[in-house]
Parts: sequence; C-alpha cells; structure tokens
Amino acid sequence: MLRDTWLIFRRDMKAALRNPTWIMIGIMQPLLYLFLFGPLMVKAMQAQGLSEVDGWMLLTPALIAQLALFGSSFVGFGLLADYRSGVVERFRVTPVSRGALLLGKVLASALQAVVQAILIILLAYLVFDLDAPVGGVLLSLVIVFLLAVSLASCSYALALTLKSEETFPALLNAVLIPLLLLSGILLPITAGVAPKWLYTISQINPFRHVVDVERSSFRGDFTMDALFTGSVVVLVMAVVSVWWGTRTFQKENA
Amino acid sequence: MITARGLERRFRRKGRTGGEVHAVKGVDLDVDAGELVGFLGPNGAGKTTTLRMLTTLLKPTAGTATVGGRDLLADPVGVRERIGYVAQGGGTSPETKVADELELQGRLYRMSKADAIARGAELAEQLDLTGLDQRLTRTLSGGQRRRLDIALGLIHSPGLVFLDEPSTGLDPQSRANLWEHIRRLRAEQGVTVFLTTHYLDEADSLSDRLIVIDDGRIVAEGTPDALKARVSGDRVEVGVDPEQGADAAEIAGRLAGAHELSVADGEVRFRVPRGDVALPELLRALDAKSIPMRSVQVHRPTLDDVFLTLTGRSLREAEEGTRAA
Repeated sequence: MLRDTWLIFRRDMKAALRNPTWIMIGIMQPLLYLFLFGPLMVKAMQAQGLSEVDGWMLLTPALIAQLALFGSSFVGFGLLADYRSGVVERFRVTPVSRGALLLGKVLASALQAVVQAILIILLAYLVFDLDAPVGGVLLSLVIVFLLAVSLASCSYALALTLKSEETFPALLNAVLIPLLLLSGILLPITAGVAPKWLYTISQINPFRHVVDVERSSFRGDFTMDALFTGSVVVLVMAVVSVWWGTRTFQKENA
Repeated sequence: MITARGLERRFRRKGRTGGEVHAVKGVDLDVDAGELVGFLGPNGAGKTTTLRMLTTLLKPTAGTATVGGRDLLADPVGVRERIGYVAQGGGTSPETKVADELELQGRLYRMSKADAIARGAELAEQLDLTGLDQRLTRTLSGGQRRRLDIALGLIHSPGLVFLDEPSTGLDPQSRANLWEHIRRLRAEQGVTVFLTTHYLDEADSLSDRLIVIDDGRIVAEGTPDALKARVSGDRVEVGVDPEQGADAAEIAGRLAGAHELSVADGEVRFRVPRGDVALPELLRALDAKSIPMRSVQVHRPTLDDVFLTLTGRSLREAEEGTRAA
C-alpha cells in the first residue's frame, strides 16, 4: 500500500514537474488577489482602525486557504483525463491497491498546494508588510496541507462518480462560490460587522473555521480557544474525504 | 487457462424509465493454455462486458470463473497478477514518456525497479519500439501506441493476455504488423491469447479457435475452417442477359447439390458444395443452350456467412440493429 502510494505519487509529481506552468497558473488567482485586491482591502481595514500589518495578516492566510479551496477542488479534471485515456482502467487491472491509487494522487495534489502557499507567503512577506512568526506560518501550512487533502479527495471522488467534463465544473462552481463568500476569506465575517443571519450561516460553513484557524496561527495565537474548532474541523474533513475517496476508488466500474 | 460457467451481467439502465439491460446472458467458456482464441461478435453483443468480467473490472451478476488458475470472485488480486489486459482504447497518458509508463507498470505488478526497466527494454525490442523510450506517448504513431499498450500488458510476463479489439483504428500495414507480433507472442513465449474482434479477417487469420457471441450468448465455437464448413458450400454468382435469367436459373438448378437459388436482373445466385467443380459443367450447359455468360464469381464461405447462418443476420445488420435499439 505504502509502496503503491509512493509510485502513484511519483507519477503525478513527475507530470507536474514536467509542466510547471500549471503550478504557476494555479497561483495566478491568489496572486491577482494579493496584488490587485490586497492594497484596497488593507486601506479599507485602516479606515476601521487596523494597522497596515494587521490588514496583510488578515488577507495572506485567507488567500492560502482560498488557494487550497479552489486549486485542489479542480484536480479531478486530471483524473477525468486519465479516465478517458484508459489509464485508470489500466491501473485497475494491476494488483495495485485501490486506496493507493487515490492517496498517491491526493498527496501529490496536496504537496503542490503547499508549494503554492509557500510562494504566496514569500511574496507577501517580501513585497508587503507581512510579519508572521515562523511557527505560525508552519502550522498554517500544515492546515493548508490537510485542507488540500480533503478537497482533492472529494474532487477525485466526485470526478469519478460524475465522469463528465461538463457537470463536474458546473457543480464545483455552484458549491465553491457560496463556500468562498461565507468563509470570510475576502472580508472577515465578524459578529460586529456582519448582519446576524449572515454571521450565523457562516458559522455552519466548515471553511470559515479553517480560515479562522489560518489567521490565528499567522497571528501566533496558539491558545486552545483560537485553534480548537478549526483544527478539529479540518481533521474531520480530511478523514471523511479520504474515506469517501477510497470507497469510490474501490467501487467496481469506477 | 479460462473456465467460465454461466457468466451473466445485467446493467441497470439510467434515467426515469429504469429497466435493465441484460448484456451477457450466461456464457460458458473454456480456453486451454497456449491457445489463441478469437472472441467474435458484432458491436454490442457482450464481448467487452464478458472481457471486463474475466479481467476483474466488472463483477458478474451471476456465474463463476477461474482465470489463470485463480477464482475470479474469491481471489481477484490473484487473477490480476496472472493476466495482462489491453483495453480497446489503450491506456497511455499522452504526457508521459514511454520508458516511464513501462517502468511504472512493471512496478505496479510488484517488480523491482531494475527488473521493470530491463523487462521494459526487452519488450520494446520485441515490439519494435526501440529508440522511443524518451518520447512522450502522444508523439507516437497509432501503431506504435498500440504496440506500447501491448507491451504494458505483457510487462509482468503473464501466461494469459486479453486483447480487446487490438487492431481497431490502425491502417492496414500496422494491422498486419500487429498480427505478426501477436502470432509471435504465442509461438515464442507460449502466451495464451484471448482477443475480441468484430473484424472477420482478423478472427479468421489470427485465431486457432473462434467463439462467436451474439446478443449476450455464445452461438458457436470451433476453428475458422470448421465454422465455415457449417455454411453449406460456395456461393456462385453468374451474370447473363436479363431475358435469359430464368433459363439460366433453371440450368443452374439442375446442378448436383445446388440450392438457395435466386435470380434478379440477369444475376443468378446459388450455392453448391464445390463451386470450382460445378463451374465447368454450368459453362457447358449454358453454352449448349446458347446463353452467353457475362460474368461469374465463386465465393468461398466467409465468417460473415457463418454469422449469417448462425444468427440469421449478417454482422453488419447485427451491428445496425444494436445501434438502433
């Protein structure tokens, strides 16, 4: 199982490295937010009495969560291509473990998300006023990794269930946009600012808590209070998603 | 190598109308070690579904099978280790190098890295793929890619290999070349080959034995010659002047063993046991009545005739039937 996972992981990493343009295209979106939206948001935050550093400390961790959210959700496309070309079926006739077929791909996607997150953090640090403790940044990367594992597993499971290049992105967009808006990635949804009903809905959105915990760890706030909910949420998401993905890969005719 | 009893597969139809498709309706198969067996039938007859069941990709709804000495249902991993499978559409990803695909495939079959590389190189040489190892698979020609598919199916030296429509989409030259490789595979390495095809010439020239499937059931099996012998005799077509068609038909009908006689627009058609023997006699008889012959053709029975005799439909009609359904 471990060996099989490694073989599949290596195959996907090789493919990614052969065509690194995709990693760059993947970070274009958060990069645009960083440069074209960041300065605006920081100014708006200053009007609310926050410092410039505070503004970047709110935006950067949210952007790396967004990167994992959007980047990893679309990895299923790669699987659909493999499905169409018959590669999935060729692997399924070998004795390779079905779980490894999923895990290898998921780990490769998650590693790419972490690399992209590091690039974003470095840029924010070098170009703008970001001042986050090393420990906090490392913790936030662990969370990005888990988030990417969850979303990539779901994405692969969904792609293999739908088996359609048309419905797959349509469904993803329908789900991701509300998740994004209700997670406070662009503007923190706080009890003070947001209408009560919006605040309440956002509490049900698991990604909101993941974004919150990303921000706490960037601030270096390692208290139980700040980390507990978000960490539990991201761990549960990862476990449930991998379980779902593995089941889908084990199903016959998948 | 393969023993199947009563294999069945039903699919639930999607959509509101529901219902079931009974794709394979109880198939019995026996394939011995070292045989090259052709599985022939029109598109939609259940060839690929049967193949997918035998290769563990699809669970049978009913029935049992042992493949490569392992029980299909109890030990699917054991079956997977012992067989090679080359799918209809192949299975290479366009952006991967030939050598990488071969190495990974070998390692997925639990081979060591060194063994997988060595075996990959050996197969590349046998299948005329030398010098292509650093090429991306999308840059290969259709014939090369097909041979790579086969190399991938053979990387772990299985005793039994399944080829699903191996030559579909290849140009005539690549097809002939591929057939040569398949024959050599069996002759030199003793690999048992089970291939599906809906091309009669492929089934005819390649297989020791044919199993014919139609509408989910095995309708016949035997050597290509034995199957052709079931069709009674050669088909003869004689062209005469339209006004003399009836007279010519009467003469033809008097030939020994002539049957299935028909005449239309001066085209007289019939079957006789030996067309080559009947022809001189027919010529003399027509000459005696001063009926000039415009054209003549003698057809040996083809597998298409066999299919027609067995099922009452030609292969092409059978395919159009499934498409319309």
